[in-house]
Amino acid sequence: MSLVTDKLVPSPKLEKPVEAPEATDKSRSLIQISNFDFFYGDKQALFDINMDIVEKEVTAFIGPSGCGKSTLLRCINRMNDLIDIARIGGGEISVNGVDIYDERVDTIELRKRVGMVFQKSNPFPKSIYENVVYGLRIQGINRKSVLDETVERCLKGAALWEEVKDRLDTSGLSLSGGQQQRLCIARALAVEPDILLMDEPCSALDPVATAKVEELIHSLKERYTIVIVTHNMQQAARVSDKTAFFYLGKLIEMNATDQIFMSPEKEQTEAYISGRFG
Amino acid sequence: MKRYFHEELEAVRSHLMLMGEKAVESVNLAMQALLESDLEIASRVIEGDDAIDAIETQIDDEVARYVSLRAPVARDLRLLFVAVKASHDLERVGDEATSIASRMRKILAHGSPIEEFGRVPRMCELAVHMLGDALSSFIQEDETLAYTIVQRDKEVDSLNRENFKAFVELMKLNPDNVNACTEMVFISKSLERIADHAKNIAEEVYFLLTTNSLKEVVKTEQE
Repeated sequence: MSLVTDKLVPSPKLEKPVEAPEATDKSRSLIQISNFDFFYGDKQALFDINMDIVEKEVTAFIGPSGCGKSTLLRCINRMNDLIDIARIGGGEISVNGVDIYDERVDTIELRKRVGMVFQKSNPFPKSIYENVVYGLRIQGINRKSVLDETVERCLKGAALWEEVKDRLDTSGLSLSGGQQQRLCIARALAVEPDILLMDEPCSALDPVATAKVEELIHSLKERYTIVIVTHNMQQAARVSDKTAFFYLGKLIEMNATDQIFMSPEKEQTEAYISGRFG
Repeated sequence: MKRYFHEELEAVRSHLMLMGEKAVESVNLAMQALLESDLEIASRVIEGDDAIDAIETQIDDEVARYVSLRAPVARDLRLLFVAVKASHDLERVGDEATSIASRMRKILAHGSPIEEFGRVPRMCELAVHMLGDALSSFIQEDETLAYTIVQRDKEVDSLNRENFKAFVELMKLNPDNVNACTEMVFISKSLERIADHAKNIAEEVYFLLTTNSLKEVVKTEQE
């Protein structure tokens, strides 16, 4: 994977993966966050975050509102670049060994590799088919056989194909909330990302639709590295392999999910998952 | 909709069934060792108890993990409670089988061969049958079968009382019988407890299937 533009060659610094102190499995670490500080204006939102995110696993970010979990998620594909007052105070986020905040990194390429699914499903006011192939069309790919294959592959990947295969030309907005969210996941898959970031993807869904998306997340981790922000601790417990607990902008504890939910090391983690605060 | 983690629930269920099979086998072997004065079989029973204990530990771990991570409710949650309680009963069944095997070794160590078994073989037959049916009621989800097991416990209790009287009489007749008969009284008590554990499992299965307490149902019927 190359995140830098063709004209640039990564510096020696970029070629060497950053050593993250809290690594759980460095050999399979795809995202490395080290000593990362982040600000909105004068207000510091993230403090000295260090973590490794292992490939082809689901990592859940949990914590009370305002703890910085969504901020960190959006930093992984530089979505925060779109906020004027947002700035990095220090540290680094590397994807596949490349510092994504290096000035030579192509953010469009980065966001192709690091796809995102949002809290509220946001299909375009286009047909189901066009929603899925949107990313390909803006890359100039218009060959029908390629687009057809992509639509079928991605809708199958998003566990939506059987429900919509006979009405691909109807509007994406005509689908139910859960179907719309899976359509957005299919759209994210179409550009063949390595990483999927999910910001509370089930918060607007009913339990059945939530279960379908959770099943989808479970199946997608065979091919993708997934980072999910959720307020629903039971969901984090059900879908993730690793869980990171944040509080007041700090990473309090990150560990295997069963460890976090059965015997967390930190008192703050235990108090939060037991519902004693937050 | 079947969820990916429901396989973990199936694993708990199959481990409980495996534990049940091992416990029944252990009781049968202990009785065989007693009736045939076979020290080799008695040793197998005693050595096999660790395997039963290990399954109980495994079930405890699986249930703790499932409760922590999967937020089970309703029937799934009842199944997990039942698994913990029933596996503890089965662990105790394994201990009672071990106790029977140990007492049989003590009788032979005293040099007094066992000649009088009283109603012990019949008790064992009933207790094992109750245990087998308790497990079947779980596997087949049959609350009617679970209900009948509770009624059958009274017969085992009655046989235990008969044994006590008979073995005490034998001790009175000849002091040389004291060692063997004392052990036989305890063996009879072990079988009575095995039947109690079978009854407990039946009650747990009945709760799993109906959400009602079988004790309360029986009490209401008697009133």
